[in-house]
Amino acid sequence: MTDAGVQIGGGGLWADSWQRLRRNRAAVTALGVLVALIVAAIVGPWLSPYALDHVDWSLGALATPPATAHGHWFGTDSNGRDLFVRVWAGTRVSLLVALLATAVSLVIGVAWGATAGYLGGRADNWMMRFVDVLYALPYMFFVIILTVVFGRSLWLIFLAIGAVGWLTMARIVRGQALALRHREFVEAAIALGLPSRRIIARHIVPNVLGTVIVYATLTVPQVILFESFLSFLGLGVQEPLTSLGRLVAEGALEMESAPWLLLVPSAVLAVVLVCLNFLGDGLRDALDPRQR
Amino acid sequence: MTAPLLQVERLVVRYPLGKPRLFGPRREIEALAGVSLDIAEGGTLGVVGESGSGKSTLARAVLGFVKPLSGEIRWRGELLDTTDKARMRPMRRVMQVVFQDPFGSLDPRMTAGASVFEALEALEGPASREAANERVAAVFREVGLDPSFARRYPHELSGGQCQRVAIARATVARPQLLICDEAVSALDVSVQAQIVNLLRDTCRRHGMALLFISHNLAVVRHLCADIAVLCQGRLVERAGREQLFSAPRDPYTQALLAAVPEPRPIARA
Amino acid sequence: MSAAPLLDIRDLGVEFATPQGTVRAVTGVSLSVATGECLAIVGESGSGKTQLFMACLGLLSDNGRAVGSARYLGTELIGASETELNRVRGVGMSLVTQDPLNSLTPHLRIERLLTEGVLDRGLMSAAEAGQRALEALRTVGITEPEARLRHYPHELSGGMRQRVAIAVALMTAPKLLVADEPTTALDVTVQARVLDVLRSLRATGLAIVLITHDLGVVAGIADRVAVMYAGELVETAPAAGLFAAPAHPYTAGLLASVPRLSDPATLRLAAIEGQPPRPGEIVTGCPFAPRCASASEVCREVAPRLRSIASGREVACHAPFSQEGRV
Repeated sequence: MTDAGVQIGGGGLWADSWQRLRRNRAAVTALGVLVALIVAAIVGPWLSPYALDHVDWSLGALATPPATAHGHWFGTDSNGRDLFVRVWAGTRVSLLVALLATAVSLVIGVAWGATAGYLGGRADNWMMRFVDVLYALPYMFFVIILTVVFGRSLWLIFLAIGAVGWLTMARIVRGQALALRHREFVEAAIALGLPSRRIIARHIVPNVLGTVIVYATLTVPQVILFESFLSFLGLGVQEPLTSLGRLVAEGALEMESAPWLLLVPSAVLAVVLVCLNFLGDGLRDALDPRQR
Repeated sequence: MTAPLLQVERLVVRYPLGKPRLFGPRREIEALAGVSLDIAEGGTLGVVGESGSGKSTLARAVLGFVKPLSGEIRWRGELLDTTDKARMRPMRRVMQVVFQDPFGSLDPRMTAGASVFEALEALEGPASREAANERVAAVFREVGLDPSFARRYPHELSGGQCQRVAIARATVARPQLLICDEAVSALDVSVQAQIVNLLRDTCRRHGMALLFISHNLAVVRHLCADIAVLCQGRLVERAGREQLFSAPRDPYTQALLAAVPEPRPIARA
Repeated sequence: MSAAPLLDIRDLGVEFATPQGTVRAVTGVSLSVATGECLAIVGESGSGKTQLFMACLGLLSDNGRAVGSARYLGTELIGASETELNRVRGVGMSLVTQDPLNSLTPHLRIERLLTEGVLDRGLMSAAEAGQRALEALRTVGITEPEARLRHYPHELSGGMRQRVAIAVALMTAPKLLVADEPTTALDVTVQARVLDVLRSLRATGLAIVLITHDLGVVAGIADRVAVMYAGELVETAPAAGLFAAPAHPYTAGLLASVPRLSDPATLRLAAIEGQPPRPGEIVTGCPFAPRCASASEVCREVAPRLRSIASGREVACHAPFSQEGRV
């Protein structure tokens, strides 16, 4: 028996979603800008002859506005350090923290939520009440204590952020898993006698990934902002490392005399956040199974 | 006399209604109120009823998705605790199911071939790649699909094709009992006939017993030699095909038969 | 019947704009419904039977477009404005859909659901509307209508909900009721009761368009039947004639493949091989040719046009089954 049917998508569902994403111009542009920013963050500091913490005494004043004449394309800060290099180095750190923290929360959150949602009943109850309790704890309090005890290291920052981010991810994934549990293909898998962990890994997780990806993309801006907030409070990354948040914090202090110190890092930060939001929206539309 | 393949005795299943209350028992609905029936090896039993009759609950109890309040389920005479996952594992090989929604019963993120392969691996254990691929291709041909369909995803297949894949998945390990829960109800009319024929052929070819649950009396009549009628969780009549359709004894069965619209012209005044 | 038809559809086509291109759901359909007639539209998924009437009622989704003409008592419906359409919707043509859970607003009481159509249009006073609502419920065979008025849709059984949906459609005294798969989601005994309601309505002179895939339902109620396949009209005939001697191979195949209680049970079902073309699939020649046992070269190359083969019978086929010598 031959089939007269036509194949709709070329490949699997991921290929299908990718096609739909490509048609969303805002999302594609955002993705392009993000990629450009990432490339700039990696390559940028090498383009400039100045090092990260090199103090340039050759200029008339310490904080000089952007100009091509002296090679400081973004100007220098109040310590005479080149802002161009610092901005890209800061972007690197911010993005790194955001990605790593999101990755941590993703891994823990998906595993926790998928298991709770699939198992249901008492296991689900206990697991989600645990999440509720953690949610209620004063988060800032813990971050500050941890920072004081362990010092302000980069790893600590993203661990702290990830440790909190997973809670919401778990809740979202649990809701999806709960709905999936009653779908017939999951029942078919149960009828095959597959062990629970196999079913969760093979059937539940791939089918929640769509939501997870969207949520992760929208979490990254939150993480960056949170890290910036920590930096603003003086709890973020330590010298000589810098982040966009620190730069914004420092720039805010010099706002009146050297506005470029605030404007440049803020602009980069804003562009990153907007692009991530557009991308997240585009991903949500592309991955929504109902649109198929 | 050998024990029947599957035997259900005085099965009672109750579903809780509403939220659990702080004091007092939860309200419950009785989906099955003591149903007994059996299927012989290679036999065909149709279970018919309307919504609320408990026919789907019966299938779910046999498969272990719901825990019966009381009653027994026996396989070849041996008592079976269907909710004991470990005990049921070897049973999965001999008892498989085809569900109602052809698209819903296949994982949308897996190809048709992968779904069938998963079943083969789960029920028969790991095997060599080539051997497994051969088996998958063979079962695809058996259900009337070209083996190249194995590369397709469920959303690229029609309802009838998805249901064929579901049947392939259920029969690849040669179960002794195939449970069909409204397996043709969600299909187009012209495709229903194909799948009915396929089920009939497949069960005959492999000596599989068939438990066919449906609200469609005409389809059940074509597939099953024995028919059980359920109403509100009770078995109201059980008879062979000829007997039930020509001389139904229970008034509910009679009402059911009278209500079935026949696709032939009715003389009008 | 020489009177002007109630609904006159001429060469109606419906297409949808999708990212994959334009998809034709309905192609060149012409048919008419006379006053007091019950016309059944039979087809499977992808036949376009629902979209045909969604187009007439102006209910196509945003990416849908209708071409051609559909006139209700002379008023052109295709391309009409919302205001013009609202003059026909409800008062001329009413719609009942498959799932009353979806068509009855869940948070409104039955009384409100019944009366909002007439009250919003200012057709009658609240008291009159209330009376009319009670009558409508009685017409559809609901006992204790006064009590039912206070209920919410989810408090009623499926069959009752569907009858309420019919009552809602009747409130504005339409001349034509479009019922889209009204009994598909119902149990067979409940279905029988709903069909009884429809039959009694027909007896009062209401014209009904019954859209369904169930031939058994058609047999009990329809005067004429129109069969659709892959978006095209392939056969129209009086009901008796269609069942006795179908002309189009698809109709014949469909009738042969449906299991009947009156057939010998061990008979192997005569299934039609293959499946209907997906919406949007480009087809040359007759869309049914790939599945047709009597298809020939001309069938695969040239699309057959709908033509009359007997009084009141039309078929779109190069080699329709003949009408002579058949019971």
